[in-house]
Amino acid sequence: MGGERFPEHKILPYLLVFPSVAVIIVFLVVPFIQSVRASFYRTSIFGTKTFFVGFQNYIRLFSSPDYLHSILITLAFSAFVIIVGLSLSLLIALAVNQKIHGQGFYQVAFIWTYALSPAVAGTIWALLFAPATGLIPYIVFRLSHYRLNWMTNGQIALLVVSAAATWKMLGYNIVFYIAGLQNVPRELLEAARVDGAGPWRTFWVVTFPLLSPTTTFLIFVNVLYAFFQVFGLIDIMTQGGPGNSTEILVYKLYRDGFVHFNTGYASAQSFVLFLAIATFAAIQLKVSTRKAVYAR
Amino acid sequence: MTRKTLFKIFIHMFLITSVFIIAFPVIYAIITSTLSFKEAFQFPPRLVPNKYFVSNLIEAWNRVNMGRLFFNSAFISVVVAVVKIILSLMAAFAYTHFRFPGRGLLFAVCMITQMLPLPVRIVPTYDLMKAFGWIDTYWALTVPFFASTTGILLFRQFFLTVPRDLSDAARVDGAGPIRYFLQILVPISKTNIAALFVIEFIFMWSQYLWPLIVTNSPEMRVVQIGLKMLLASEQQAPEWNVIMAGTVVAMLPPLAILLLLRRSFAQGIAMQSQK
Repeated sequence: MGGERFPEHKILPYLLVFPSVAVIIVFLVVPFIQSVRASFYRTSIFGTKTFFVGFQNYIRLFSSPDYLHSILITLAFSAFVIIVGLSLSLLIALAVNQKIHGQGFYQVAFIWTYALSPAVAGTIWALLFAPATGLIPYIVFRLSHYRLNWMTNGQIALLVVSAAATWKMLGYNIVFYIAGLQNVPRELLEAARVDGAGPWRTFWVVTFPLLSPTTTFLIFVNVLYAFFQVFGLIDIMTQGGPGNSTEILVYKLYRDGFVHFNTGYASAQSFVLFLAIATFAAIQLKVSTRKAVYAR
Repeated sequence: MTRKTLFKIFIHMFLITSVFIIAFPVIYAIITSTLSFKEAFQFPPRLVPNKYFVSNLIEAWNRVNMGRLFFNSAFISVVVAVVKIILSLMAAFAYTHFRFPGRGLLFAVCMITQMLPLPVRIVPTYDLMKAFGWIDTYWALTVPFFASTTGILLFRQFFLTVPRDLSDAARVDGAGPIRYFLQILVPISKTNIAALFVIEFIFMWSQYLWPLIVTNSPEMRVVQIGLKMLLASEQQAPEWNVIMAGTVVAMLPPLAILLLLRRSFAQGIAMQSQK
């Protein structure tokens, strides 16, 4: 971190960080601790009393088929968003990064999906796939006489919400990959070519490893997105349905906490989500520090 | 024709096809927003725009009080983006220009923001809003968002590249840290400020879950919730033409800000990805 530049000011730095730290403690840290505490309690039916129940909320959670199902759905959804989203984005970024005219145009022509909100993406995809009248079911019907209805078929519903969520992130991913590609030194690519490596080999041996900080960063951002920020998309498109086939963890948490008012049970779910993200952040940190050393 | 030219033509064709496919859902939404109710239900779907956009928009606008929702969304997005920028500038200045006991710990506190997204603390944060009497107010929609890891990291990264001579020169001229901060550091950060404004404005404009639980009167709802209200407000089949008129307009403010500030945004992103 930076050095000492104004040594005679002892109080000022505390005043400067105070607002940020105060907001974080009051609205993030303290509620989080309360949430962990609440996960060991249960509220009586009329909400008047709370009882300490130990790990009972967690036991109930992990013996609930609905919850285990929700974990699986969330993992499948996130895997789709990451694998399909990042591969497509990298492919497009590689094409933009060729020595071609109109790079500026292409940047703008891809970046704009970053401005879409998950709720807007959900609304538009609900229109595209509207069972009786939508364009995609029409095309599918013309091609195969299959009546595509994602409101009755859970697997298709999951596929459609995953695709909609992936679509919304394309612009963001592409922009980061283009920036990452521009940091790959041209001399290295030249050197690989001189050594007789074809484009395919050059990509896997030079470009892809050098992009790994970008990829690690994007995986992290996309996991956060797929776990937490797609609530609006799900609420608009399926509300977790049909059945519970698109009920990802954050949606189930909302239902248990704010529709069924089951505070202890919802708080236990919050803590499980925290453990998931903490694990993921630790992995990301470990990978990115190792790679950073390696890249230098 | 050389192999190289052929390759370039192929790349352009691939890119133009991709641009079109990615844009297509929005193009289709725009077309639908110009149709009459009947045409929006045509099967096969109609792909030729008509002239009903304005009447559809007026219908959507009146149905969910969209003027008010737009004001709310714009207001909270601008307030949160501006306050986040100010607080992040201040914190990053402290972390890069001063050495003080507890600096590492206080920096770590700012970094954990990333680890504590709303869902991992949602019930007590909501209870806190109730205890403060903030339910259904702008306070609940803005204050809990004021701290920003992204902002602190972005400005910190930039401040670390600012040559020491600059602060030394300021000291020689008799300028204290506050004057140096306001008259030198902040003005040379304007690209990063613009980039952060884009990121945070879009972030707030897109909020859905938090506004859904902390507001309940129609006057305090935001645009994103308005889309849900449009979808749910009719009894039978969804009126896609009206819904899409509302959706298309809801996309415009963040899109306009992104396109206006796209150069700063791209530079900010390039900086972020050089970590």
